[in-house]
Amino acid sequence: MSAIIQGTGAATALTTLNSKKLVARSRTSLPGVDAGRRKRCIVAAGSDASKSFGSSSLLTLRHSHKLFANAVATKADTSATTTGHELLLFEALQEGLEEEMDRDPHVCVMGEDVGHYGGSYKVTKGLADKFGDLRVLDTPICENAFTGMGIGAAMTGLRPVIEGMNMGFLLLAFNQISNNCGMLHYTSGGQFTIPVVIRGPGGVGRQLGAEHSQRLESYFQSIPGIQMVACSTPYNAKGLMKAAIRSENPVILFEHVLLYNLKEKIPDEEYICNLEEAEMVRPGEHITILTYSRMRYHVMQAAKTLVNKGYDPEVIDIRSLKPFDLYTIGNSVKKTHRVLIVEECMRTGGIGASLTAAINENFHDYLDAPVMCLSSQDVPTPYAGTLEEWTVVQPAQIVTAVEQLCQ
Amino acid sequence: MATSFSSATIPLHGSQENRLLLPPIRLAPSSSSFLGSTRSLTIPSSRRLYHAHAARRSPVVGVQEVVKDKKITNTLLITKEEGLVLYEDMILGRSFEDMCAQMYYRGKMFGFVHLYNGQEAVSTGFIKLLTQSDSVVSTYRDHVHALSKGVSARAVMSELFGKVTGCCRGQGGSMHMFSKEHNVLGGFAFIGEGIPVATGAAFTSKYKREVLKQDCEDVTIAFFGDGTCNNGQFYECLNMAALYKLPIIFVVENNLWAIGMSHLRSTSDPEIWKKGPAFGMPGVHVDGMDVLKVREVAKEAVTRARRGEGPTLVECETYRFRGHSLADPDELRDAAEKAKYAARDPITALKKYLVENKLANEAELKSIEKKIDELVEEAVEFADASPQPGRSQLLENVFADPKGFGIGPDGRYRCEDPKFTEGTAQV
Repeated sequence: MSAIIQGTGAATALTTLNSKKLVARSRTSLPGVDAGRRKRCIVAAGSDASKSFGSSSLLTLRHSHKLFANAVATKADTSATTTGHELLLFEALQEGLEEEMDRDPHVCVMGEDVGHYGGSYKVTKGLADKFGDLRVLDTPICENAFTGMGIGAAMTGLRPVIEGMNMGFLLLAFNQISNNCGMLHYTSGGQFTIPVVIRGPGGVGRQLGAEHSQRLESYFQSIPGIQMVACSTPYNAKGLMKAAIRSENPVILFEHVLLYNLKEKIPDEEYICNLEEAEMVRPGEHITILTYSRMRYHVMQAAKTLVNKGYDPEVIDIRSLKPFDLYTIGNSVKKTHRVLIVEECMRTGGIGASLTAAINENFHDYLDAPVMCLSSQDVPTPYAGTLEEWTVVQPAQIVTAVEQLCQ
Repeated sequence: MATSFSSATIPLHGSQENRLLLPPIRLAPSSSSFLGSTRSLTIPSSRRLYHAHAARRSPVVGVQEVVKDKKITNTLLITKEEGLVLYEDMILGRSFEDMCAQMYYRGKMFGFVHLYNGQEAVSTGFIKLLTQSDSVVSTYRDHVHALSKGVSARAVMSELFGKVTGCCRGQGGSMHMFSKEHNVLGGFAFIGEGIPVATGAAFTSKYKREVLKQDCEDVTIAFFGDGTCNNGQFYECLNMAALYKLPIIFVVENNLWAIGMSHLRSTSDPEIWKKGPAFGMPGVHVDGMDVLKVREVAKEAVTRARRGEGPTLVECETYRFRGHSLADPDELRDAAEKAKYAARDPITALKKYLVENKLANEAELKSIEKKIDELVEEAVEFADASPQPGRSQLLENVFADPKGFGIGPDGRYRCEDPKFTEGTAQV
């Protein structure tokens, strides 16, 4: 019943820079990228804090091929405030982590280069100076063992935040994550809790090659006993980080390599985001678009085009990859009767595949058209920029899919 | 009793007659380079010490032969009370495991059951030195570790029968014995996967002391086998434990066999104790069929850890009298080898020691055996009488916070659904 459409067609160079674009500053290439870096300019602008969907943050990525890929994100109602402070996504993660470490002395961090180096993506910058080398532990390169060490520490009273330098490296920790992290609470008959947070950047970056561009959410989703969330804005990054640390369950927090330099104004007062809830990004009437992480921005960019063409898409950032927030999703399906899922996972066995099944099972009667799922190609992510673009879903494909569904 | 590791070139399994079985192991010869290493080692004349390598001048040494003889000068190694405690614990371990075998063949327990017969000296020797707040991590051969640590025989037997009164509510089984009260952190089915967990527990000890400024002297002991010593997790944890000076003791229960794989066929350098100094911690080899020798080594290792001096690797040469599990026909091991180790039964040895040194008489020991028999029988009755888990238990304990099952289509959390407590909810 559902059609899963792969990304096809040539990448189009999108140059829709609108008049609201604000050029903030240029950034050098992502930390953690080794020698031979290319200069990369990532420009992000804060929103103008208006409540309607007309406010926008703009993310522009420019690289040496002069391909412009713009994404437009609409601020969710709850996050925009007139007071507040502006920061980048990695700083929001750091703020959330620091606040929780201040609040509870049992919270600690472990991972490669999290301490003295400040984290490959600077999420733990300055924390080792503040909290000491034991609370922000620089581990040797042994993912399986230090993830297991975090789990053992969690069982005996600590609340570790385990960083995978790249989510793909956590494949080496799969033994510990599947067998111990997910299962020990159950096999011990509820005696031991494992309040770990496993976090790290994943997803397709800028020509990082196949192994650094993996999307592990599809591999982890079957593990019973864990929760998975994906952050996409500085607001929900900080909120989800805090909620994950406070949760008694093991939580895997997926960040995205390309989103660390997103800028947004977030509230000064303390807040957390609900781990199990999805986020309404843009209310609409014609079609429900479900997405998460980086694809949110491709969707919002496509949304601009769709609005110009007269469509009214409802965009939901599902945020909680496991379990799905079927209430928010269901209400949306009942309203629009059409669903498009846009994700960065592979077509086979990805989050979109599970979500398609869940929607068909639960909301079959409300659908006027088959659930369509746009996923990345089942291809190891190529290095070449052109090929890499064709493996992930681009805004043009989203526009085409919506037009097709709304016929 | 003599240990196998004595002078120069001797066969692994004791006397000269058995040399035909296996190639002899060369020990500490006067000049040879370390297997796989291009650096030559300085071996001092005393065969009791083993230096890492000259260049590093590490103060840490591997010790081959810590306790040569039970009688050190004229003082005995244990008091009467201690002796009886050790004896009772080993008898409990042996009787319990024998009863497990019986119950398995009567169809009361299923799956993979791995029995500890023959290795009791290791469990008793180490765990009886620990306090309640110290932690123990084991493998699938974990019944006796749990019992030694203080988990009641009833709770373990019920767990094996899969009843609600089991230590893990019937959800873990033979290979997953956990006890929060007694700090038994498992029970792991995959070999090696408990070692990082043990390292984490030791990390918490250190964290409590240094960050939370609590008075914490808790140590962790990780038990695992010879097969595990070829696994990456073992080495990764040796490195981290030595690096962070964690209060942990790595105890290798080298029973020479990993199911049907002989230790010598799978390991390039079979002397596991040597791997400790490579990571900067002492590596000790001890006769694991002798509870008193094990206990002496354990005392030193535990004291080291409590003082904050870091980890120790202890290799216990031991043997399992039964097969790898109750499903193992145990056809590969030579009868002569089994007989040789049966003659070194740790329980018989301790009994002999206690009686010879006038620490206890036969009657006292017999009464202990009787008491344990009754205890084990009672445990079986208790387990038999206990109820099976109900359907309502199915979905509990998956998450510590059951909100993790998410929000259902009706807007309520799934765990609020009444069917959830019945175990029939759709999740």
